[in-house]
Amino acid sequence: MPREKQQEYRDHPSNENEEIQPNPELNENVDDITDDLDALLDEIDEILEEDSEEFVENYIQRGGQ
Amino acid sequence: MTVPTIIGTETEFGISVKNAREQDPVAASTLVVNAYKSRNIPSISWDYGQESPMLDARGFTAESEKPPSEDANNSVINDILINGGRYYVDHAHPEYCTPECSNARDLVKYEKAGELILDLSRLAAEQLLLDNQEIIIYKNNTDYKGHSYGSHENYLMSRKIPFPDIVNGLTPFLVTRQIMTGSGKVGAENGADDTEFQISQRADFFEKEVGLSTMVERPLINTRDEPHADSKLYRRLHVIVGDSNMSEFTIYLKVGITAIVLQLIEKRVIGKQFALQDPVAVIKSVSRNLSCKNVYELKDDRKWTAVEIQQAYLELAHKHLSTEERAPIVNDVLEKWEFVLEGLKSDPMSLGHHLDWVIKKKLIDAYIARHGFKWTDPRIRMLDLQYHDLRPDKGLYYRLQKNGHVERILTHEEIVHGVQHPPLDTRAYFRGTCLRKYPNSIHSVSWNSIVFNGSNGFEKIMMERPHFGTQAIIGELLNTCTVDELVDKIRND
Repeated sequence: MPREKQQEYRDHPSNENEEIQPNPELNENVDDITDDLDALLDEIDEILEEDSEEFVENYIQRGGQ
Repeated sequence: MTVPTIIGTETEFGISVKNAREQDPVAASTLVVNAYKSRNIPSISWDYGQESPMLDARGFTAESEKPPSEDANNSVINDILINGGRYYVDHAHPEYCTPECSNARDLVKYEKAGELILDLSRLAAEQLLLDNQEIIIYKNNTDYKGHSYGSHENYLMSRKIPFPDIVNGLTPFLVTRQIMTGSGKVGAENGADDTEFQISQRADFFEKEVGLSTMVERPLINTRDEPHADSKLYRRLHVIVGDSNMSEFTIYLKVGITAIVLQLIEKRVIGKQFALQDPVAVIKSVSRNLSCKNVYELKDDRKWTAVEIQQAYLELAHKHLSTEERAPIVNDVLEKWEFVLEGLKSDPMSLGHHLDWVIKKKLIDAYIARHGFKWTDPRIRMLDLQYHDLRPDKGLYYRLQKNGHVERILTHEEIVHGVQHPPLDTRAYFRGTCLRKYPNSIHSVSWNSIVFNGSNGFEKIMMERPHFGTQAIIGELLNTCTVDELVDKIRND
């Protein structure tokens, strides 16, 4: 996709805080769903593998099907 | 002309051992599969005699070595599961196959049960490693260095449908359904155009429209003709373009809508009307078009977006599925399909609780917004990879699930149930129940046969119809018979 489109996407406000419109038929437990990416981001540095660069570099698989 | 829905998936997992002197994925995969095996039933072989992976649906047989026959390694690398599935070492990956399922919801249950089985294996295998070593298993499809491993779906179809009709009807659907079924990937591979983030893990690896190979020059439509059932009645369509999904909602939608589209092809209401000019180019372009607004040229010069193509398939489903074909679960799949297409049309990012690629994209966007990292930063790729990590405390998808962030199809209890109990309404019931009940009287198993080793010697029971062997048909026999009585009764029926 064109670069400006990607930029537009990154800057789109919906990327971050928008609440999705609940559809009662589809999301029975939508009340329980909150946008809590922040909760994960708060602890993500403890969860992510240390030394990401080396880890990603060394993650080599053989091709499969 | 439609046949009953039967769905199964096969997932190859990525594997890595932290602090290993050198990475040996074959040894690690064998260790993991065997660690689980020792908890299970020993010494039952997989019967490769029933398999013919080199038969081509176009009518010829490809040249290749025969699959391994029975040898000492067979039971080391194979585990037949009491849920009716299979767990084994395929090349350099642990691979899990679900049992045959009659609907999308069961498929989610058994695919997710597979994730638990892999994680239990990991824990058991780690007991055999040095203290500082740790196994990590990823349910993704790439190492970001051009090596892809698959997620395959299998659907039972009527043998009466000529293969070219399947190709024509299915190709436009498969190259566009990734807007719903992609797992998201940072970067590009395999010589495809560079991008920061794309919808699909696998799209970069597809190079031709139709073919038999699954490992090089991968085709959009795979022609493997190995029905694992009565080949006069059935074929097993082997779909290899999909991504491995973490999201229950995504898996449900993926297999649910694909089964419906195949039914429409069987009903002959989808022909060439959606044929695309260049589907191999389209699959890569769709994967890079995060707004889902690009238009693609059909062979008859119409120009449609991926969403519009999917909506055309959905419309045909609404029009042509009969009342009796609309089981509640089919209606539910149709509703979710419609809901997701509407969401993708207005704002794909509104599906950040439903679709893997959007969940992942929003997580990365938020991480970048917080720290200002570039897309090429190794931490971003680590985040992508770790989304698929099967450790409950480290896997980012599981962490989001724990926080109530993702839409679920099942409860945890239902998934746990799937580890040890087969589906009731396919032949997996017969396979799984026999394994539980007569473990010492079974010599070998394949998808469509069991070789019993009772007091009358070896007896092979064929299971050529995947929707037979159900609890309704054979439950009572299995509850009351010894293995010899069972074999006798089936043989004399």
